[in-house]
Amino acid sequence: MTGVRPFVAAAVVLALVACRDGRQRVLRWGGDAEGGAPFVEADPADPSRVRGFDVEVAQTIARGLGRDAHFIQVQWSSIDQSVERGDFAIGLSGVEDTPARRVRHAVTIPYFEFREVLAVRTADRERFRHLADLRGRRVATLGATTAYDILLAARDSTGLIPVSYDDDVHPYSDLVAGRVDAVLLDHIIAERSLRRMRGQGFSIEPEPVARGCYVGVLASADGALRDSVNGVLREAMRDGTLERIFRHWAVWDESQGRLFERVLREAGDHASATRGTTRVASAVAYLPALARAAAMTALVSLLSMTLAVVVGLAVASARVYGPASLRTLATVYTEVIRGTPVLLQLFVIYYGLTSVVRLPALLAAVLGLGLNYAAYEAEIYRGALEAVSRPQLEAARTLGFSEVQILRLVRGPQALRYALAPMTNDFVALLKDSSLVSVITVVELTKQTAIYATNVGSWVVPGLLCATVYLAMSLPLARLARRLERRWSVA
Amino acid sequence: MTGTTLLTIEGLRLSYDGRVVLQALSLDVRRGEVVALMGLSGAGKTSALRAVAALAPFTAGRIDVHGFMLTPGRLRSQSQLQPLRRRVGLVFQTHALFEHLSALQNVALALTHVLGQTPEEAARAARALLDSLGVGARAAALPAQLSGGEAQRVAIARALAPDPALLLMDEPTAALDPARRGGLGRSLRQLAAGGRGLLVATHDVEFARAHADRLVILAEGTVVETGPPAEVLDRPGHGATRSLLSDGLD
Repeated sequence: MTGVRPFVAAAVVLALVACRDGRQRVLRWGGDAEGGAPFVEADPADPSRVRGFDVEVAQTIARGLGRDAHFIQVQWSSIDQSVERGDFAIGLSGVEDTPARRVRHAVTIPYFEFREVLAVRTADRERFRHLADLRGRRVATLGATTAYDILLAARDSTGLIPVSYDDDVHPYSDLVAGRVDAVLLDHIIAERSLRRMRGQGFSIEPEPVARGCYVGVLASADGALRDSVNGVLREAMRDGTLERIFRHWAVWDESQGRLFERVLREAGDHASATRGTTRVASAVAYLPALARAAAMTALVSLLSMTLAVVVGLAVASARVYGPASLRTLATVYTEVIRGTPVLLQLFVIYYGLTSVVRLPALLAAVLGLGLNYAAYEAEIYRGALEAVSRPQLEAARTLGFSEVQILRLVRGPQALRYALAPMTNDFVALLKDSSLVSVITVVELTKQTAIYATNVGSWVVPGLLCATVYLAMSLPLARLARRLERRWSVA
Repeated sequence: MTGTTLLTIEGLRLSYDGRVVLQALSLDVRRGEVVALMGLSGAGKTSALRAVAALAPFTAGRIDVHGFMLTPGRLRSQSQLQPLRRRVGLVFQTHALFEHLSALQNVALALTHVLGQTPEEAARAARALLDSLGVGARAAALPAQLSGGEAQRVAIARALAPDPALLLMDEPTAALDPARRGGLGRSLRQLAAGGRGLLVATHDVEFARAHADRLVILAEGTVVETGPPAEVLDRPGHGATRSLLSDGLD
């Protein structure tokens, strides 16, 4: 037994050394494989691995630093927060070079230049050449991107309607379906979508709306590592490694060569020029957008609740008064709606029904939330109706009231009292659930806050602002519920 | 004192939850008369009242409420029952006042919405009814704010609002202390003196002895004894009556 001990100790020490060594020799990099090719995608041959030009750029950087690249999956809109948390050393996944990002994080030199291009239905190719041609039209893009900022600016100058999506596939399918009139996104994404649709359905305007660059993003404290990465990237520009990668993924064009020349001419890095002023300025700049988003949250909630109350009353009446077949139908409705996620219901109504009816996003949002909450309201009303004592209903019958009169004069008013407090609670819940409709392109308070947070690279101020607005809307309702409950529990 | 027949029940047979509650009940109530329908709990007193008020169907026999005939089988619709609703009022054991309305509104509601009176007429009539029953001062109170005795008087006023000739009452003394029983009895005698007929389901022997003109003793789903209180209660001819009496002495 004792003879074994030194070996065990040695093995433990060796393992620790190897572990420490291993951690040093690995470069953890973050990207979003959901973004897909040619950036980062799961390898069809081996889905546990990723491939794409950003994957190869990461490998080039890792090699230059004498490390092995290790991929960490992260949601695209969370790359900045994750890198700052230390989930990985560098984020590379079509990360755009923006002033706000430079203020918040350590950003590498640009390694790829993209063009923001306008995609329109082929029939509109001549009509909509520029953003200025799209007054009053819906223009889609990915939320929290430079393209979205361009659209927001254009909303004020040209009067177009920006529509933000959570992914870069549905903007193009909705363009073809006629839900939006144009899409503004990176040319790589636009061309990929066009290939997916076999060149059918829409066209890409040749004149770019703007140009931008992809960069790597590191934690603000990682300036030294960023400088090393810049060295590696410059070398890869000089020796043709980057050109080979981009050619391999068919994204090379002459503007990349010009970018490389420009970057190699400029000495040092050009970060942190604007630090300091943008924080307050960005908060103020976002206030109107937040106010609009708060109004959207209130509108969606009010309309959804109205629908929920009307449908809920109908379903509850069917369950209490209807014949057996109607009762069954109402029960099935309630159980199906309550038994499936509201997110799924929103997707089905907005995207699933596209072949049958193309609902506008706001209408789909109100329908989805309203019909979902109707099931819960129906249960409240049914319970409230059944809570009115039977002898009262019989007494009303002996007095000669008709069934409709009994509902209107005796049962309804009392049921309303039982239902009002839980209804108000539901409305508070609906106010918060309305944040779910951002998945079908409605920009409400939470979505706008997420965009804001991505833009300034922090959740602290946006989160506090957003929470304040929600509380300002829900606290009075909660108070109202308590007051109603108190008043009517005495009576 | 007694006049035309207001209620005739013949051979009433009635089941509840698959159990036969009444086998063959026959009785009548005349104008100006207080009839006490007596029996132990579960004897079918309430079921008989509910059948007369057309709240529950019955399987055999017939009920004639001052010319309006109820027949076995399914209940008729509310609109078909309108003539019956004018002829008969029912005071529930639990009073069953409309909890969201004041005493006055409880009484006035049927006057406006069933009889078509203006709100002013209805309020006047309702107040007069409450006054006549001694609860005019409580007109603005909600049911939850009324005592048991007050609630019962409001319930009587409400049942009388459509001016029915026949008034049914289910266990009216259940929630009353002895002093208030006397007051209730006097009110019922007044109503009878005013030309109404009253059928009162009760197992309160003393109340029946003091205020009823006639007793009908129910047992095993049928009438086992009937007659003036003194006759029936002093010389009980049936075991059920004797059980009632020993119950009352508890």
